[in-house]
Amino acid sequence: MAGDIRQAAALQEMEQIIAQYPAERRYILAIMQDLQKKFNYLPKEGLQMTARHVNAPMSTVYSMATFYKAFSLVPKGRVNFKVCDGTACHIKGSQTIINEIYQCLGIKPGETTPDGEFSLETVNCLGACAIAPVLVANQKVYAKVTPAAVREIIKEHGGQINEPAVNE
Amino acid sequence: MSQLSMNNTAARTILVCCGTGCQANGSMAVYQAFRRELADSPGTQVHTYTKSTGCNGWCEKGPLVKILPDEITYCRVKSEDVPEIIASLRYGTVMERLLYRDPVTKQVYRSHRDTNFYKKQRKVALRNIGEIDPANIQDYLDRDGYNALRKALTMPPAQVIEEVLQSGLRGRGGGGFPTGLKWKACAAVERTPRYVICNGDEGDPGAFMDRSIMEGDPHSVLEGMIICAHAIGASAGFIYVRDEYDLAVHHLSRAVEDARKHGFLGKNILGSDLSFDIEIVRGGGAFVCGEETALIASIEGNPGEPRDKYIFPTEKGLWGQPTVINNVETWANVPVIINRGAAEFASIGTTGSKGTKVFSLVGKVVNTGLVEVPMGTTLREIIYDIGEGIQKGRKFKAVQTGGPSGGCIPEDLLDLEVDFDSLTAAGSMMGSGGLIVMDDRTCMVEVARYYVNFLAGESCGKCVPCREGISLLLETLTRICEGKGRLEDLDLLESVSATLQQAALCALGRTAPNPVLSTLKYFRDEYLAHIVDHRCPAGICKELTEFYIDPELCTGCGRCRRKCPANAVAGEKKQAHVIDPSRCIKCGECINNCNFQAVKVK
Repeated sequence: MAGDIRQAAALQEMEQIIAQYPAERRYILAIMQDLQKKFNYLPKEGLQMTARHVNAPMSTVYSMATFYKAFSLVPKGRVNFKVCDGTACHIKGSQTIINEIYQCLGIKPGETTPDGEFSLETVNCLGACAIAPVLVANQKVYAKVTPAAVREIIKEHGGQINEPAVNE
Repeated sequence: MSQLSMNNTAARTILVCCGTGCQANGSMAVYQAFRRELADSPGTQVHTYTKSTGCNGWCEKGPLVKILPDEITYCRVKSEDVPEIIASLRYGTVMERLLYRDPVTKQVYRSHRDTNFYKKQRKVALRNIGEIDPANIQDYLDRDGYNALRKALTMPPAQVIEEVLQSGLRGRGGGGFPTGLKWKACAAVERTPRYVICNGDEGDPGAFMDRSIMEGDPHSVLEGMIICAHAIGASAGFIYVRDEYDLAVHHLSRAVEDARKHGFLGKNILGSDLSFDIEIVRGGGAFVCGEETALIASIEGNPGEPRDKYIFPTEKGLWGQPTVINNVETWANVPVIINRGAAEFASIGTTGSKGTKVFSLVGKVVNTGLVEVPMGTTLREIIYDIGEGIQKGRKFKAVQTGGPSGGCIPEDLLDLEVDFDSLTAAGSMMGSGGLIVMDDRTCMVEVARYYVNFLAGESCGKCVPCREGISLLLETLTRICEGKGRLEDLDLLESVSATLQQAALCALGRTAPNPVLSTLKYFRDEYLAHIVDHRCPAGICKELTEFYIDPELCTGCGRCRRKCPANAVAGEKKQAHVIDPSRCIKCGECINNCNFQAVKVK
């Protein structure tokens, strides 16, 4: 029952987002960006509505949704970690950050924890190279991240981590 | 701030840098603290105005606070420092502890302008950034803003094109095509409507100059585009910007609205015959969309796949109509050319490349940030004078230019005078202007693998040479990094690269081998170390790396023990420490943090 109401509310929100744009094919990208921002992924119903709105086949909308990196067809976690793997971040150790997140949460880029709390993705360059390596948790930017800082960031966002055994 | 009592003290402006770098270091809190403190103390005996500005480029030292007209620059300011700064303004003193202090000479600099980082720079494209509030059109107007447009509207379109042509301006997105020629070709096509596009899909990893301009001085881009619209007779313009650049999208949208209100956009601009408007299109995060035909496809509402360019966009571009597409930095240069004349612009730079270029100087260099220098400045001047050398006194190995399609330039070419042509001759390219400095802790084979991996993910898959060729390069390089490389792999890399250069459809595929070929050319010994000796000299490739501590050099300070996330380092205080290889995850925290160079790669 509660699920139905939530579903109805979500559909209404999708309709509102889509209705803001003229019924032209060139607005597909913008509509999908707004849907992605609102729902953290592109719900199937939203894509179908978009296709109807701009009078394009579903295959066109789907091809756009899968071509562009900004979109996800599956829900992301409550907290989405974006680790920048641009060149500057890369040579300053973004891989060790990705490894550390895997150590702590057991997720690799593109994955979400089973409880739906955290997800991890890599991005190509956030244009913040001077403060590399960079990690973004939802909207918050963290500069010069180290493996130790990763643990603090996860804790800050309400995550539990396993401490490694202390060397005697 | 009119409630502030005016003393005989001069009016001051407090500029808080709110570029992305400074924001990540907490500059918004500093900005809020200034607003709060000044509002709470109406008796403050200084007349102040606080502004948030775009990126100053000196991200390393952020958050930056500048005080005008005193020309004081404070570095790494925290919100706790704000009350003290305000008090110092009241008493007319300078807070020395927040000034920049040269780590070597210990000299203290009152203004950032006198530091090595800024002294050799020449700001043209970045002229307003850090000096103005990008969300306030009045700030732009106060600095000569839209005067170039006024002047251009009094000139016949052909004369505007001639001026840009004479200036020698070449496309700053990396192609280096003469901007004036592009405009001329487009204007010569009879069909209308014509379109103007700004390419703000800055995708090169390690480059953020366009981001900084769009965030910090959006009106300079709009003004350049409107001047072009007049020159070629265009009716509509589009700015294609990466959606990840939140602040840039925000500031550009605001700028477009304000420009409309002031009559710089819309019908009959400034009472002339020109009617032109600009729309902002947010990109979907595909690197290939930086390629102009792919970008056009994306604006039209298609997947961003490039097409072969038998016919240029100047003839058949957006919706098949004549289109001029230029990069953000190119647009920002246009108002300067019109205002000060082609001759003055052409007096800067080298024979083939005029004006300045903005570089994002990043990686293992002391002063990271955005730098703008005349074309023809040597790499050594940029890295050692402006950048002040390599971090932690390590050894320079290479500088990578031109983004993923560029190449790595070794130490013996450091005196190269940088322009479009010299970089291409060295086997790299200008690209959009990323300069990524690498030291002895950077593995060149892994760097090549990194770029190829990036391009494998970004290849749109339309043409076979690119789709299959890049995958094969990646497979081979990965094998070498994992210690399973064979000597014949080097020949394979070279032959696949040659095929790609000749047969790929667009520039993404044709230039994809550059990182491989340039590292093979200048750093072949590293490839051989991986394949023959089964070791990674930089200690990056995990399968080929083992760290150890040199007991002679270790002071037993315990820094590596504390930094190690795997608890793999053991040792008593003031005794030489030991790394347990079975626990070591090879993250390199120990070697990166050792102050005595005691951690070594076996």
